[in-house]
Amino acid sequence: MIRLSFTDRYKITRLRALMTNIFSLAAGLVVISIIFLIAGVNPLFAIAEIFQGSFGSMYGFKETITKAIPLILIGAGLTLAFRAKFWNIGAEGQLLMGAIFSTWTGLAFGNTLPSFVIIPLMFAAGFLGGALWGIIPAILKIRYAINEVISTLMLNYICAHILTMLIVGPWKGASRFGFPGTDNLPEASILSVIPGSRIHYVTLILAIACAAILTLVIYRTRFGYEARVVGENPDAGKYAGINFFKTTLILMAVSGGLAGLAGVGEVAGIHHYLSYPASVSSGYGFTAIIVAWLAKLNPLYTIFSGIFFAGILVGGDAIQISLGLPAATVEIVNGTLLIFLIMGDYFLHNKINVTFSRA
Amino acid sequence: MEEIIISTLQRTMVAGTPLLLATTGEIICERSGILNLGVEGVMALGAVTAFIVTMTTGSPWLGVLSALAAGMVISIIHAFTSVTLQANQVVSGLALTMLGLGLAGMVGKPYVGKPLTIKMDDITIPVLSDIPYIGKVLFSQSPFFFMAIGLALVSWFFLQRTRLGIQIRSTGENPKATETQGVNVFLIRYMSVIIGGGFSALAGAHLSISYSKSWIEGMTAGRGWIAIALTIFALWNPGRAIWAAFLFGGIFVAQYLMQPLGISPNFLAMLPYIATLLILVLISLKDPRKLNAPAMLAAPYKRGER
Repeated sequence: MIRLSFTDRYKITRLRALMTNIFSLAAGLVVISIIFLIAGVNPLFAIAEIFQGSFGSMYGFKETITKAIPLILIGAGLTLAFRAKFWNIGAEGQLLMGAIFSTWTGLAFGNTLPSFVIIPLMFAAGFLGGALWGIIPAILKIRYAINEVISTLMLNYICAHILTMLIVGPWKGASRFGFPGTDNLPEASILSVIPGSRIHYVTLILAIACAAILTLVIYRTRFGYEARVVGENPDAGKYAGINFFKTTLILMAVSGGLAGLAGVGEVAGIHHYLSYPASVSSGYGFTAIIVAWLAKLNPLYTIFSGIFFAGILVGGDAIQISLGLPAATVEIVNGTLLIFLIMGDYFLHNKINVTFSRA
Repeated sequence: MEEIIISTLQRTMVAGTPLLLATTGEIICERSGILNLGVEGVMALGAVTAFIVTMTTGSPWLGVLSALAAGMVISIIHAFTSVTLQANQVVSGLALTMLGLGLAGMVGKPYVGKPLTIKMDDITIPVLSDIPYIGKVLFSQSPFFFMAIGLALVSWFFLQRTRLGIQIRSTGENPKATETQGVNVFLIRYMSVIIGGGFSALAGAHLSISYSKSWIEGMTAGRGWIAIALTIFALWNPGRAIWAAFLFGGIFVAQYLMQPLGISPNFLAMLPYIATLLILVLISLKDPRKLNAPAMLAAPYKRGER
């Protein structure tokens, strides 16, 4: 008789966490392979193609880095919110609000101000937009006890419709010949890229800096400590005199603000004008949830997990073309990997004892 | 005028039907203490399954049954992670939504935009349907409408009055005490999650084979998330869910009614989402003790822990 018993593991080393993640992702890939098999696609070929497409060529790698920019920014912000057990599912809307605010700023002042003034101004506006959209669910949760998962999601839909309303209505550009979308941003308000790529490096540097600073904030400051207590032990937090309202407001302003910065990067770095929500962001707000989770809610690690999942997005595009798979394939890959990551957490926190005995 | 009123009310009932099915399912699931945020994904999977099976076999009822089965099977994933592995239910539910939407998109790709020619006949109840106004609205509808109302009423009775229903509720309130009564908490939770998933898939089936008679990615349009909000609005009571769902059905229909008034269609499309937030604000003004939320909702239960 083989008996399995589970006991809590109290000490979790970094190595063990890393190994658990690697095993979880590997197990996830096995299941994804089975799904590919059922869909009639050679899984080894498909998975090789995904990584070939994203990391195997210079072009692919540059695209991967480009898509990692919003994922790192949003993912880092989400780690802060998730640590406080504030389930911000609304990064998509916060990104769009950042895009709206920065587009307005760029169109309004881009012709009169020099680059070095307008670009910081656009980032500030984008942060503000994302932060404002992020603190609404914070207020709703603390003042009205409204579940943030629902409120952030509803705000995603609302923001997408606001954006669409703007680009088909008052903001519709004269240069679009009646098609929805604003005019192109003035030259001065466009982010420059690394030649031969779409990497808008200013946003990339900003993303890495934000991830690093946020790591210090979470582990080294009073605010970071308070945010963790709000999530892990709210009762203790109340006795310790932590102001829940203030802490939640700040952390959601930061989380939403970083998503807003990602929106600035997409508009000013990639598209150069505001178009439909689905083209401004290809679901970065949702993919970033997995990025944050894979990083074990450590903002610094979102740099790596962000690049990894950006690779899956780019590789996913590649297999859509080469294997004729639908766009939804990436969602299957993401969903499956996330399920295996949370399954892996169990084995990280519990020790499995196998004992052999005669029945 | 009379015709407009009747057709508006009829459409309200149609729009409220999937919301009622999914809300009833989520209520059963949450009553056992498990929060399932996978509704949107399971609904999409149910929609695509029902559509494909109906189209290939020619039988809508076979479509409905396969959707039910697909929804129950995929929900096992969430039951496993949140009950057996005591994982974070929010993240697990989100993963289920991603997976469900992804699978639906992949499987349904060849069927996008194809119209369904097979019709599911409306059920008209004799005599009752002759009552002026309400007759046509309430007694001559698609089978899904009667299924939704029937399941909500049965679920209400089941949760309030049957032994198993009470066991589900007490599992959500206090799993430890329930376990000491000899009830298998794990089994109860598995069952509730799976039933809830089946109901969500039925909601999807309604969308694809009865409401729009086609499949397209994104056709669930957040209805799964609205159902989760309606669960709160209904105070975890399937009886209240009936009027909550049809109230929201009315908001969906109001979009089309107000379009001729020259209001931006994008603004009108926001209404259900804004209404969801407003209703949650209104509910929060109630005394929290009267909200009746399952006490141990979303709290993982570990056997043998003190």
